[in-house]
Amino acid sequence: MIIKQLSVFLENRSGRLTEVTAALASQNINITAQSLADTSEFGVLRMVVSEPERARAVLLELGFSVSLTDVLCLTTPNAPGALHRALEILSNCGISIDYMYAFALREKAYVILRTSDIATSKAVLLEHQQVLLSTSDVYAF
Amino acid sequence: MIWNKSAECMSADERTERQGIALRQVVARIYQTVPSYRAKMERTGLVPEDICSLDDLDKLPFTTKEDLREGYPFGLFAAPKRQIVRLHASSGTTGRATVVGYTAADIKLWSEVVARCLAGAGVGSDDVVQVAYGYGLFTGGLGLHYGAELLGSTVLPISGGNTKRQLQLMRDFGTTVLACTPSYALYLAEAMRELKIAREDLKLRVGIFGAEPWTEGMRREIEQQLGIVALDIYGLSEIIGPGVACECTKRAGLHIQDDHFVPEVIDAESGKQLAPGERGELVFTTVTKEGLPLIRYRTRDLTELERTPCKCGRTSTRMRKCLARSDDMLIIRGVNLFPSQIEAVLLEISDLAPHYLLVVEREHNLDKLSLLVEVDEQVFSDTIGQLESFTRRVRSALESALGLGIDVRLVEPRTIERSEGKAKRVLDKRKLA
Repeated sequence: MIIKQLSVFLENRSGRLTEVTAALASQNINITAQSLADTSEFGVLRMVVSEPERARAVLLELGFSVSLTDVLCLTTPNAPGALHRALEILSNCGISIDYMYAFALREKAYVILRTSDIATSKAVLLEHQQVLLSTSDVYAF
Repeated sequence: MIWNKSAECMSADERTERQGIALRQVVARIYQTVPSYRAKMERTGLVPEDICSLDDLDKLPFTTKEDLREGYPFGLFAAPKRQIVRLHASSGTTGRATVVGYTAADIKLWSEVVARCLAGAGVGSDDVVQVAYGYGLFTGGLGLHYGAELLGSTVLPISGGNTKRQLQLMRDFGTTVLACTPSYALYLAEAMRELKIAREDLKLRVGIFGAEPWTEGMRREIEQQLGIVALDIYGLSEIIGPGVACECTKRAGLHIQDDHFVPEVIDAESGKQLAPGERGELVFTTVTKEGLPLIRYRTRDLTELERTPCKCGRTSTRMRKCLARSDDMLIIRGVNLFPSQIEAVLLEISDLAPHYLLVVEREHNLDKLSLLVEVDEQVFSDTIGQLESFTRRVRSALESALGLGIDVRLVEPRTIERSEGKAKRVLDKRKLA
């Protein structure tokens, strides 16, 4: 249930992001989720991909700075209050959220979460009947 | 005006003879009082009696910045501590500053040579001299200050910075002479336009600029923008500070105060003396200083000497304006900086120093430094906060170690050019030579 997120350092130069997507495409690696955090000078691209270890090797080979980070993928009903309930569980345990990215469609919503303590986050969310996607669900395409 | 005619206009023979006598005395004194230099002489089998005249100068071993650092802080002082009345220090490469000490006689000597320089630049007792060099451990401010006072000028010890105030006082007090770094002079000119201070409101006529290399192009720009005569003053704290040499109004090279600081130009590789007109590394022997006399001190500045008399009447040796160095030291806003200092700071923050490139630019006439740091696996983090905290830490560590504000930017791995496997550490985009 702990998912490996692939993070990539990108300078703010045009065409740099497409070099990443091109490399992954050519290796038949699928991108399940993606978020781009930007500052005035650089960006950090965060992705959930089908084969994180291989994707990391491919990008390293091309000279990118990459890292694999543990994240969780929470799924909730696409309904008012659903996200709030999940986040409250974490906040009640004193866990802080480093960053998250989310998307909702039809009945369901999906949230990638990076917290200050992934193992505890996983435990308390499950304890409170929250649904976390398994790695096979997330990596499959 | 010539401040000290007997010293500045003596015949070549008299000069050589006087320098020879003073050299003999200083070598004997250093041999007695500075164990590390004595050991150097002993290693080459030299005794003070071997030094009879100026012709024997090239037998003597060199002194380097490393010698000063190894002797930190007072190892090379030749006078007892109780006779030292002043200390100055400049930033060093590995956290160790270069410390220089002056006796009361040295301070007098320093004032004398600066007064000579200023007089040669046409400054006199009717002038108001605004000293906008930094006051403090840096020799610039106090060096100019004492010389201008000895000359009888009215000194405005405003120190560096506070540009608006500089210009207000320059106007209100009728400053006629400005002493600062050439880049700050251009900055002041620009601020004048912004603050709408008209040239006619100022009485400025001469600028005494130094502490960093500057080109003829910059001189033209300063003269045109400020409407003054801009002259070059040279010095380094190890020798005494500003006042080692200065241009006269004829602008035919810088007059070296060579009755005190005997110059040589050598081949930086072989150490062999070069003839006048040949370009090489400038070396000084301070023959009259008491606190920290140095024998054949290697400045690392590249120049050439001219031994014929100047049209101004002075017979002192002249040197061409220095624009380059024989080592990788950079002079940024008057502060000496070695690339290795940057590396030392980076190593304090991460175990392995990432690849970096120091970019020096001149923006709005002020030197601007940026440090590009490659984000390797060690530096990279998926959280923006950590990356930003890394750049903040590097910036503040550099600022406290070097006293210079440096813009730190993260770049992707392998974006900094490498040649023969070795990364280039400095990109100096200032056009000086």
